[in-house]
Amino acid sequence: MSLSDNKTTNGWFTSDSRRVIIQEYGIFFAFLLLSLILSVSNEYFLTSGNISNILLQTSINGVLAIGMTFVILTRGIDLSVGSVVALAGIVSGSLATTSATAGVFGAPYPAYLALVVGVLVGFACGTIVGIIVSRFAVPAFVATLGMLSAARGMTLIYGGGKPVPGLTPDFRWIGTGNILGVPMPVVILAVVFIVSWWVLNRTRFGRYIYAVGGNPHAAKTSGINVTRIRFIVYTISGSLSGLAGMMLSARTGSALPQAGVAYELDAIAAVVIGGTSLSGGVGRVTGTLIGALIIGVMNNGLDLLGIQSYYQQVLKGALIVGAVMLDQKRNHGQ
Amino acid sequence: MDYLLEVEGLTKSFSGVSALKDGRFQLKAGSVHALCGGNGAGKSTFLKILMGIHKRDAGSIRRNGTEVDFSGPANALASGIAIIEQELSPVPHMTVAENIYLGREPSGRFGGIDFKTMNLNAQKLLDQLEFDIRANQYMMNLSVAQMQLVEIAKALSHDAEVIFMDEPTSAIGEKEAQQLFKTIVRLKAAGKGVVYVSHRLSEIFQIADAYTVFRDGSYVGSGNLDAIDRPSLIRMIVGRDLGEEYIKTNVPTEDIGFEVSGLTASGKIEDISFDAKRGEIFGIYGLMGSGRTEIFNCLFGLDKLDAGTVRLHGQHITVTKPSEAMKHGIAFVTEDRKVTGLNLDDSVRGNIAMASLPEMSPNFLMRRREEQAASTRMIAHFGIKAARDTMPVSSLSGGNQQKVVLGKWFLRDPKVLLLDEPTRGVDVGAKREIYRIICDFAAAGGTVIMISSEIDEVLGMSDRILVMRDGRSTGVYRREEANAETLVHLST
Repeated sequence: MSLSDNKTTNGWFTSDSRRVIIQEYGIFFAFLLLSLILSVSNEYFLTSGNISNILLQTSINGVLAIGMTFVILTRGIDLSVGSVVALAGIVSGSLATTSATAGVFGAPYPAYLALVVGVLVGFACGTIVGIIVSRFAVPAFVATLGMLSAARGMTLIYGGGKPVPGLTPDFRWIGTGNILGVPMPVVILAVVFIVSWWVLNRTRFGRYIYAVGGNPHAAKTSGINVTRIRFIVYTISGSLSGLAGMMLSARTGSALPQAGVAYELDAIAAVVIGGTSLSGGVGRVTGTLIGALIIGVMNNGLDLLGIQSYYQQVLKGALIVGAVMLDQKRNHGQ
Repeated sequence: MDYLLEVEGLTKSFSGVSALKDGRFQLKAGSVHALCGGNGAGKSTFLKILMGIHKRDAGSIRRNGTEVDFSGPANALASGIAIIEQELSPVPHMTVAENIYLGREPSGRFGGIDFKTMNLNAQKLLDQLEFDIRANQYMMNLSVAQMQLVEIAKALSHDAEVIFMDEPTSAIGEKEAQQLFKTIVRLKAAGKGVVYVSHRLSEIFQIADAYTVFRDGSYVGSGNLDAIDRPSLIRMIVGRDLGEEYIKTNVPTEDIGFEVSGLTASGKIEDISFDAKRGEIFGIYGLMGSGRTEIFNCLFGLDKLDAGTVRLHGQHITVTKPSEAMKHGIAFVTEDRKVTGLNLDDSVRGNIAMASLPEMSPNFLMRRREEQAASTRMIAHFGIKAARDTMPVSSLSGGNQQKVVLGKWFLRDPKVLLLDEPTRGVDVGAKREIYRIICDFAAAGGTVIMISSEIDEVLGMSDRILVMRDGRSTGVYRREEANAETLVHLST
């Protein structure tokens, strides 16, 4: 006897697979519904210009949120991403500026060098956090809260509290250029997403991440090096934060010391809306991408509808809590 | 004469599974009554019904001759029944006095708490009991034994007439235990009734007057302790014939498969030596906290060992982390599958593959087809009942979950199988299948080392048995020379 015998069928799917579909794609339907409502209520919403605008606005948060997904999947959290955005922006900016006062000796350097350094700055921040969390067993919340403050401080020290203007056109290309008409930030987000999806779903390392988040004790007794996995996810989040920092400064043309304030909250929101559990082990990077898009669409749509940005924050808060409430109901209501 | 507490025909079942069939009990004033029974005998269900935590299905409870039905522990307490639980529930950041008077603090002026009176009363109580604890100490600074004593003081502070003690000495030392027994004698002299639950028979014979034995949820017998000797009491507790439940098909060879000598981890285990032959099922028996699991943790690289050598098929090996033990062909089925065995968020397939990922996918990329084939193979081999191997492992029954854990390790084709309570929480049918799997593995030349706290299982399955007590081995016994009486005797 097969166990599926006692599942009721209803049209196309068994109730079991229908449940899976709602669980996996529910957030996607919510996204479509939101888009549908906005396209009906505002004719400008579905124009190519506006869609490109939304994707552009989503790209930085999307990259941060994908890095955050790796961390949250292992039961961690990374509060430092916003500050790392600013630090990587300032440091790489100082290498890629034509300004005589803001640049380091010999600037401007070639854009690729500045880009590598920017990612390395993020990687270094992630390494520090990763060591503190994985080797010294400091709670991720505390370790990354420390980095949130420290990285912001280092940003201000490094740049003397002043912005770095006059970034070279080559450097700015990652923020303003395009490939076949697709803006560079969107291309970067797409690449980061595809690689991350592949790593999480198709590689051994991805399986380790889910195992460590799902049950660290079982992972350890199964021979998985839990400490190393925990360490690596913070370096991923850090490096992606560095990348996002440069996408931001490249777009605006100058690196600001106060860039990225509170970006960690939007990144966490995207992950949570996307259905990843803060207690680890459960979640998909696809959900995170849609979560980031929902935030982007909502911000954009509310702008189009002429709703004041203060109200937008309230609505976003309600959306985050609502998404998790639905998730809870779905997971425990069976 | 009315009994302080009289229970008849108590029944309780949880979602169709009967936990207590016929609970009977009589407690006289001024006596210490031992409640005996193995794991799953129904003792804790019995206590929980008496305290009003569970609702009974049928039966009667009479307190001083009047029928009672408690709605909860507070209600039971009000009627003079207090319980000292096995699991401690201290509030670590409060003082001893605050813990003792939690929820009934004496009030002072302006509705505040009268700390002075509270500390005074608590100190008086502790002194009376001759416990060397100050009332204004913080709970978190006490040792486990001292916390247990505070818990006892708390129960006594209610001035209860009936006091339940559930394994009160499991976490305290000999000296504290003797203090506790003195207290019990004093309570007895004051005309109170103490119900003493313990696996330690020597304690029961030291302090109790009467006994009641439960087995498999039913009342088996009761009487005065001076009318029974220790072997007879053990026979009552263990009960039934071991007969057909265990079918052994393995025959130990002469080859030594796994040899341990002088294994020591300070504070946990000391100087453990044994050897297990290929084809043998080597049992380890001991009470909780006797150091049995610690042996496996050391062998598998989860705990650091201070001294000792390990030989596998005659070859000296060192293990400092699980992945090394696994490379040598050691597999470890842990005690609690939900805590250390399974990733409950993952699928059946994912769990089966969890310990073999590097072997199955030597490069960075997952080989999904191999993973799928492996999980199909294990599901068929162990008869795991799952509709699809992509369904979450959490939706399986306990027995099938345990088989998934076994599948995870058998996939690695181990040479040595370390089993820690392999059939805990598994129903009889699945139990038998797990025994078959273990026997087949040994019969094919594997070495099995199995920890169990179930006496029947150890006696039924093992070729030889090592008995643990207080972190030390009390000897290795051949199957023929061991029986329930000797095991209980040696382990307590």
